[in-house]
Amino acid sequence: MSPPSAGSPLRVSVDLNLCQAYGQCCYAAPRHFRIDGREALFYDPAPGADARVAIERARVACPVQAIRVEDPDA
Amino acid sequence: MAPSRTERAVIVGAGLAALRAAEAMRAAGFSGPLAVVGDEPYRPYDRPPLSKHVLTGETPPDATALPGRPGLALDWHLGVPAARLDRTAQEVHLADGRALPYDRLLIATGTRARPWPNPHEGRMPGVFTLRGRDDAAALRAALAAGPRRVVVIGAGFIGCEVARVCRSLGLPATLVDPGPTPLARVLGSTVGGVVGALLREDGVDLRFGAQVEWLEDEGGRLVRAHLTDGTRIEAEVAVVALGAVRNTAWLTGSGLSADPGGVDCDADGHVLDADGRPDPRIAAAGDVARFPHPLYDGRRVALEHWGHAEAQAVHAGRLLAGDRPDAPYSAMPTFWSMQGDVMVKSVGLTDGADAVAIAYGDLAARRFVALYGRAGRCIAAVSVDCARWLPACAELIAARAPFPPDGAAVDRNARSLDILAPGLP
Ligand SMILES: Cc1cc2nc3c(=O)[nH]c(=O)nc-3n(C[C@H](O)[C@H](O)[C@H](O)COP(=O)(O)OP(=O)(O)OC[C@H]3O[C@@H](n4cnc5c(N)ncnc54)[C@H](O)[C@@H]3O)c2cc1C
Ligand code: SF4
Repeated sequence: MSPPSAGSPLRVSVDLNLCQAYGQCCYAAPRHFRIDGREALFYDPAPGADARVAIERARVACPVQAIRVEDPDA
Repeated sequence: MAPSRTERAVIVGAGLAALRAAEAMRAAGFSGPLAVVGDEPYRPYDRPPLSKHVLTGETPPDATALPGRPGLALDWHLGVPAARLDRTAQEVHLADGRALPYDRLLIATGTRARPWPNPHEGRMPGVFTLRGRDDAAALRAALAAGPRRVVVIGAGFIGCEVARVCRSLGLPATLVDPGPTPLARVLGSTVGGVVGALLREDGVDLRFGAQVEWLEDEGGRLVRAHLTDGTRIEAEVAVVALGAVRNTAWLTGSGLSADPGGVDCDADGHVLDADGRPDPRIAAAGDVARFPHPLYDGRRVALEHWGHAEAQAVHAGRLLAGDRPDAPYSAMPTFWSMQGDVMVKSVGLTDGADAVAIAYGDLAARRFVALYGRAGRCIAAVSVDCARWLPACAELIAARAPFPPDGAAVDRNARSLDILAPGLP
């Protein structure tokens, strides 16, 4: 999905039970989160390491804390 | 179980529940050696994308590794199944002959796809099941090759998701199920009918009240499916989506109460032996565990839900770390399914529902919450593109609120609520 970058990809998962499709993650990291239809959230589970800042912005922005991130290189 | 020496823990199964349990054990202070055994050659990965964006090609099959807490210090034994459990010697025997001793053990072996009943037909090129990453990679490759038609056998959540994916790829798709609508066993035919209408509008050829009798090959490859009524469906790909079987065969001979429906646990989460006595060294979590659910009068249930695997794993991890949870595991069952770009979510369990009311929105708009009642109490709710109302419904269910609920709980007056038959079998 993301172009190759230095470092291991991040690992992202979203608890879609919690997600209420507010879309804040889509504004924070538009290349990695998208809402299809009314509330079907699509996310990139393995964004490149260069997306670190955007992904962290999305994680923090989520009002229901549904986004979990691991940075294997951290 | 006062730790006199360093205690050793083993987790069998290396999926979602295994990872979350390992995190919970470490968080609760367990510092001994912690081994994780998995028959797949992969670290824990997420399965929900496998029937959705992995099949559309947007997510590569190897991209769904689960995020976890760093620094867990786990000893991974991957690519080798546990073959046997010896509770007397307190050892897990692996298929390669090694034995792992344990003082505390978590059973988290999940489920596998129920195979097509005819093994010869099930192995035919063109016939697929979907449970793991390799299955998804193989099915994705078959769909990308542009088959003339895909026949999906079984209209449960995964079958319906796969049928929608086929349509989004422009592939002709037929969905066959003996029930009256998709998802009739879980949602009932009233709400299932809406999912059916969505599939039909999407161009899926629906065959309800029908059954595939056999699969025919030519030159060893699938060419058509034969229905019991004599109809033939020309298809180069068949997806067998007939539900799941619990991975408990390795527990045979262990003296635990286990069968293809799960391994039994008590209210705390400890597994039970054949006489119903808990083994305080062993817990179970996730899809494989069958346990009495406090919300449903202690009825024993085994759930195949992502959220449940996480929550029960955290509970079991704490239990095994010696941090005795103060209440039995009682998390509200929750589930989601993406039917193309339509989100279906549920809270609670619909089993035995005798009535359903559209509490928000309406069926015709395909945007609603259906609240299910049983004997005058709220027991479950299902939303279609209407997730924001679900937490309020979960509250009604947790409180066993009267059904139909009063006006405060719905977007219209209770007296104007239409009470429908759920259409559960
Ligand atoms: C295609 C698909 C789509 C899904 N979509 C959704 C969804 O949209 N929403 C939702 O809520 N849930 C969904 N689920 C369900 C969810 O993924 C499961 O509830 C969850 O994975 C259960 O986690 P688990 O750890 O209990 O089991 P699993 O994830 O099955 O992990 C168990 C692991 O143990 C391994 N194992 C089995 N036997 C042995 C043995 N003898 N020795 C060693 N290892 C063994 C298995 O191979 C597996 O790797 C979906 C499942 C699938 C398959
Ligand atoms: S910000 Fe959170 S709730 Fe909103 S769409 Fe993203 S994951 Fe869902």
